[in-house]
Amino acid sequence: MQTTRWQPFVDMQSEMNRLRQEMERVFGRFDGNGLTSAAAYPLVNLWEDAAAIYVEAELPGMEMNDLEIYINGGNQLSIRGERRPPQYPQGSWHRRERGYGAFTRLIDLPSPVNADEVHAEFKNGVLTIKLPKSEAAKPRRIEVKVQ
Amino acid sequence: MNQLSKLPQDNATLERTRAGAVFTPRFDIFENADELVLVGDLPGVGKDDLDIRFEKDELAIYGRVAPRQEQCEYLYSEYGIGDFYRAFTIGEAIDSSAISAELKNGVLTIHLPKTEAVKPRRIEVKGE
Repeated sequence: MQTTRWQPFVDMQSEMNRLRQEMERVFGRFDGNGLTSAAAYPLVNLWEDAAAIYVEAELPGMEMNDLEIYINGGNQLSIRGERRPPQYPQGSWHRRERGYGAFTRLIDLPSPVNADEVHAEFKNGVLTIKLPKSEAAKPRRIEVKVQ
Repeated sequence: MNQLSKLPQDNATLERTRAGAVFTPRFDIFENADELVLVGDLPGVGKDDLDIRFEKDELAIYGRVAPRQEQCEYLYSEYGIGDFYRAFTIGEAIDSSAISAELKNGVLTIHLPKTEAVKPRRIEVKGE
């Protein structure tokens, strides 16, 4: 006797979901494109709190000295640098998946920042930039007077 | 010769302690007469977060990445944060006791020295 109910649509849906997740997992970071064909490098995550905007980027193999970070016009961040290929004398490459070359990324910030107090940190190839918001952009509590 | 042989869920020996995304890191593979060199991008992975195993002819690399921002709402979110896993089948005869690895700025370099037996040898031809 058959005890499991046949649910073709549910089965198909979960199968599709599984397939989609599989594709995202495999190709999420691994689309076969090098730096040159990528639309933007480095990719960034950006978030904020009341006082500052935070930008994080993965730049493995690079150091602070390889990077130029600028604030343009108060609300645009530019990250510039170059990643050099490793040098090995005599031999051959079987695989070259990592990208190399010069890059520039411009990021429009959601509010003006104080360029003098920007702080950047590099750890294990992850760059984190803290951009304190300019005074004018900070949220302000407005006192409401009741007559 | 070297190929991506396995994906994470197929590996029964892999120990996962928490759920989350696992990404496939990009690797360059270089070979010369003495060794195979694997160079991989594992941003956010520290020395103590790495597990590298070489068994039979398989080299497995697992890098743990702790969440860097808890409960944060991204304004731009262009990449995900998660662990890294990749395994390679190594066809060459490797001297497994001499394997070495270094991690610098999120880049992992693994040196796999070939055993003496497979290294190319120059044959001296004696003339009369």
